[in-house]
Amino acid sequence: MIDFHLDARSGLAPYLQLVQQVQQALRLGLLATGDQLPTVKEVVARLAINPNTVLKAYRELEHQGLVSPRPGVGTFVTRTLTDDSLAAHESLRTELVAWLARAQHAGLDPDSIEALFMTTFRKATEVTP
Amino acid sequence: MTPVLRTDALGKRYGRRQALTNVTLSIPARRVVGLVGPNGAGKSTLLNLASGMIAPTTGTIEVLGSRPAADATQLARVGFVAQDTPVYPNLSVGDHLRLGARLNPGWDDRLAQQRINQVGLDPTQKAGRLSGGQRAQLALTLAAAKRPELLIFDEPVAALDPLARRTFLQSLMEFVAELEVSVLLSSHLLGDLERVCDHLIVLAASRTQLAGDVEELLTAHYRLVAARGDLDPPPPGIEVIQATHTARQTTLIVRDTTGTLRDHMPAAEHLDLEEMVLAYLGRAAEPVPTANAGQPLEVSR
Repeated sequence: MIDFHLDARSGLAPYLQLVQQVQQALRLGLLATGDQLPTVKEVVARLAINPNTVLKAYRELEHQGLVSPRPGVGTFVTRTLTDDSLAAHESLRTELVAWLARAQHAGLDPDSIEALFMTTFRKATEVTP
Repeated sequence: MTPVLRTDALGKRYGRRQALTNVTLSIPARRVVGLVGPNGAGKSTLLNLASGMIAPTTGTIEVLGSRPAADATQLARVGFVAQDTPVYPNLSVGDHLRLGARLNPGWDDRLAQQRINQVGLDPTQKAGRLSGGQRAQLALTLAAAKRPELLIFDEPVAALDPLARRTFLQSLMEFVAELEVSVLLSSHLLGDLERVCDHLIVLAASRTQLAGDVEELLTAHYRLVAARGDLDPPPPGIEVIQATHTARQTTLIVRDTTGTLRDHMPAAEHLDLEEMVLAYLGRAAEPVPTANAGQPLEVSR
């Protein structure tokens, strides 16, 4: 089951943080069709947040067609966001780890690595429509 | 649905001191309402008026559609926990629950026992020997087990350490999810309020400075940063809450009344709850402008 967390410094509304965490778990294959999301009571008991925040997040996920509520039972995943690319994740991760090691070896500190990665990433994704 | 709290030109005077002035509010049911403001702003006065501990000097107040503490029925509909979560030090935890059962017609003993077990309170323990966090949990359990429609807390977490504070708010939110109860609580801890509250009231200098749905308020407030002079006069349809200037730059905290500020000022940034509240408290702390009341207040750095 997915374990939610909240980042007070993210600047993102709490309900959107919950939505993103579910989407990310779906993308990474950590949640699959038929899996149950934590109940509203479980989430508020863990995060000490307003129940309406959780309800809003679940409604948004429902609106996106990713989950559906079964009254009296809970909220269940109806669609995943993984595709055929999941199989490629592992080898890509290995290459990325190797690249990070080379960057460190070349003397880049974590901030420089992040800056280099993000600028390159942005440029590369700009070209592709 | 009947508003959980409705006041009209509410005022309270203690001798020569005006504790609350001209407060007009309407708060829908099923909200968790945060009441914030500096010490002496009138928070406790408002909560005491809502619970019926004191009577207004001027104006009217209705809680769940009736006069606070009007009769036994009305008393049963509201759970009130005063500042510092008072309990009877010489009575045990179990005594408190028995007392609660005797005094409250709608007492939910299953809920009370379950909660006491869950938070690990020993029924034989004298309440005077509980830690601050345990005492707060006991007071919360007593208030919730009477199954009220509205729970009122005056600074419930002020004296608690961060862990006890989080545990208390977790329990409170569980009750909200489970019991469908409205909550009105005062606190100085804006970070906590941002997590738990969906409605906000800012009190300062005995008056309401800001009140409304948290999300709507956050959507309507922006920070504008520009070269000095560029925002003078500010764009139409915005209210300047706070202005700070350096030699070259002006920062405005504004409320957008048009809903279209972002369209012509895409660089406008949203605020978090703390920044928004602080701007209003800062404005209220400024000396009252008399000659040019319409002008925005300025703070120069």
